[in-house]
Amino acid sequence: MIPVRTATDAPTGRVWKKPPFIANPWVRYGLIAITLIYLYWAFSTLPFDWARISEGLPRAAKIFGGAFPPSFERASLLWTGFKESFQIAFLATLLGVFLSIPIAVMAARNVAPLPVYLLGRTIIIVSRSFHPVIVAILFVAAVGFGPVAGILTLTLYSIGFVAKLLAEEIEEIDWGQVEAMRSVGAGYLKILIYGVFPQIMPRQIGLSMYQLDSNLRASAVVGIVGAGGIGGTLMNAFGRYDYDFAFAILLMIIAIILVSEGISGWVRKKVW
Amino acid sequence: MLEITNLVKRYGSNDPVLKGLDLAVDGSSVVSIVGASGAGKSTLLRCINGLVESTSGSIKLNGHELVNLRGGALRHSRRRIGMVFQGFNLIDRLSVMENVLSGRLGYVSLFQALTRRFPQSDIDRAFNLMERVGIAHYADKRADQLSGGERQRVAVVRALMQEPEILLADEPTASLDPKTSQQIMSLLQSLASEMSLPVLINIHNVTQARMYTDRIVGMRHGQMIFDGAPKDFNQDALDAIYGGIESPEEDGGDPGKQSPQDQEVTA
Amino acid sequence: MGEEKSMVDHAAKLADRVWSRYDPKEQWIRYGIYLITLVAIVWTVRDIDIFWPWVWDAPNQIQSLGARMWPPEFSTWNAIFKAMLETVHIATLSTMLTIFIALPVSYIAAQNTTPNKATLWLGRFILVSSRSVNTIIWALLFVAVFGPGVLAGILAVMFRSIGFIGKLMGEAIEEIDRRPVEAMEATGASKMKVVLYAIVPQVMPAFFAIIILRWDINIRESTVLGLVGAGGIGVLLQGSIDLFAWQTVATILLAIVVLVILGEAITSVLRKKVI
Repeated sequence: MIPVRTATDAPTGRVWKKPPFIANPWVRYGLIAITLIYLYWAFSTLPFDWARISEGLPRAAKIFGGAFPPSFERASLLWTGFKESFQIAFLATLLGVFLSIPIAVMAARNVAPLPVYLLGRTIIIVSRSFHPVIVAILFVAAVGFGPVAGILTLTLYSIGFVAKLLAEEIEEIDWGQVEAMRSVGAGYLKILIYGVFPQIMPRQIGLSMYQLDSNLRASAVVGIVGAGGIGGTLMNAFGRYDYDFAFAILLMIIAIILVSEGISGWVRKKVW
Repeated sequence: MLEITNLVKRYGSNDPVLKGLDLAVDGSSVVSIVGASGAGKSTLLRCINGLVESTSGSIKLNGHELVNLRGGALRHSRRRIGMVFQGFNLIDRLSVMENVLSGRLGYVSLFQALTRRFPQSDIDRAFNLMERVGIAHYADKRADQLSGGERQRVAVVRALMQEPEILLADEPTASLDPKTSQQIMSLLQSLASEMSLPVLINIHNVTQARMYTDRIVGMRHGQMIFDGAPKDFNQDALDAIYGGIESPEEDGGDPGKQSPQDQEVTA
Repeated sequence: MGEEKSMVDHAAKLADRVWSRYDPKEQWIRYGIYLITLVAIVWTVRDIDIFWPWVWDAPNQIQSLGARMWPPEFSTWNAIFKAMLETVHIATLSTMLTIFIALPVSYIAAQNTTPNKATLWLGRFILVSSRSVNTIIWALLFVAVFGPGVLAGILAVMFRSIGFIGKLMGEAIEEIDRRPVEAMEATGASKMKVVLYAIVPQVMPAFFAIIILRWDINIRESTVLGLVGAGGIGVLLQGSIDLFAWQTVATILLAIVVLVILGEAITSVLRKKVI
């Protein structure tokens, strides 16, 4: 059945086009041009060893063939490696979270005088600037191979994250509670304990759990540069072309991360 | 006995917020301070317990000078002055009992404060006061689970726990509904006489000021322009204080927000 | 002052009241937790392979390392600059390319848009594997397959970013308002069109925020890929460390700090403009 044309269908002579996402045509086409130019420039200046790359797929086949099935023969090595990673993550989280509290207080503008605030912020920025792997290399160079370097690295890593977020949390507390504590005649520390800490406690716990999880992942990686843990075991396996063992290690890492995520999620729900 | 002489408070080089105030408060009288927002009521109260630093003048509490105190001396003077806030300012996540005991922070050691091991005398006092105001059954409840009126009563107990020589109340009823407001005002009035405590109340609601207090002080633009009995507070006085601003019967404006200079924890 | 008010001091009449912050059961639990933690710490410290003399010497060692890194050596700045550029390319290209994979995966990993249970699990599986394997480990893998070089680096960053972007986008998709979707379906539009008109506009702000954030993270990640041979400034860094050329190391670290700061500045500008 053909629909009947009514008055509302009468041609109006008006056109409509969707207004483009970016209004200014210069900006719009400019962005597209820049993106294309960038892609061309990047791909042409980057060094690709095509010969080696073309060997890639057959290599991949060989590696995956060698990796499957995963070998758990050297389970004791696996166990020691993971145990060490756990220990590094555990100690680093404790130390890091413990140190983060005073540093966060120092780095919160509303509870710290200016010079202390600047010091606190600097500590946090320094802790965050470098990838934990780089920090691990430096600590290894300084204190030698082994878990000590790993613990120091991850402690710094924890401070960079936890202290920063905690400081931001402190800066957003309800100031009235602090005023009330001042008005009863409490000193600086008592004001912190009663007026500030109860307000940031839930966040602190959440952050600590998140950081434990984060440190567990990171501990697997700092081992790659010699700072202890399963990362070292993994590097050895790769170096010896023991791909089936390496695959086993990888599977364990994934499994542990999943479990840890699950636990930390559960604990966060309980404690919130 | 509170004696304020020529109190001036100026922020930076702006116009002074308090312009040479004189006030004397005796024994166990309940004095209300009325005035529009910005008249300086909040600033006046905060100058007394040092939350705001006075620029010049003198404030004497029972002979002790309160202006220009620092550190330990400031804290010692603050613990003798109890304060009740408009927003209650309770520690939400702590229990009512902990909030009440926090009134003793000026008296106990850091260790006692941290471990919550307050002396038994403090605990007795806490229970007695809580029963007096009717919140003893809430002792272990989290403070944020109470209603507005109940929270303000907790705040009053906290202030009384300090064994203060004077009680300051900064718009204690502005966040409460009319019926609860009256309960709180009545409570303050009775406590003042039971404990022989002078009470200074900042208040918007002139009707309540008339009903529950013995003396009304009217402020406008940092100066005191009325000081007398409630029965003498007539329409002329009202106009002098609020004239051209806003009607005090409506709940208008928000009283003295803390300016950035004062947001330092340095005690 | 000090004079007890008669109203309050009925000590003789009232029973002795006791108060403690935690009831006995809570106390036991708290002490239990403290004890367990303490035992865990002691066991860990004793069991872990720590050579204590080195620990006490650590501050000295750190200080002497710092001294060896001063002053930074600038003669090789040209090579460093090129390597930094390479690092930026790795981060940028991989972030761009990831979008094409992460978006479809996030679509099937979101409970409200996935076609069926199987695709939901597939999507989730892809995202979890991607996230659980650290970028460096991906890099190790790709270096073994494709040899050392930027390709390994780009692929490594890509594979890690899929999980990050996919998870956050999936969450964004799960949080959309259902009503526009319903409305579009009611007009008889196909699945694709419903996505285009009802879902895409709602997740756009989140999308930009996530991409910008991931680019920032990728810049940091790309700086270390070279340590396992996957291109970028990391290669120079590893080289200098192997040669104990600490002063060059210092320069490279400075360059990395500058890059990170620049990256943060650019991302905060982008965030203001785009979101």
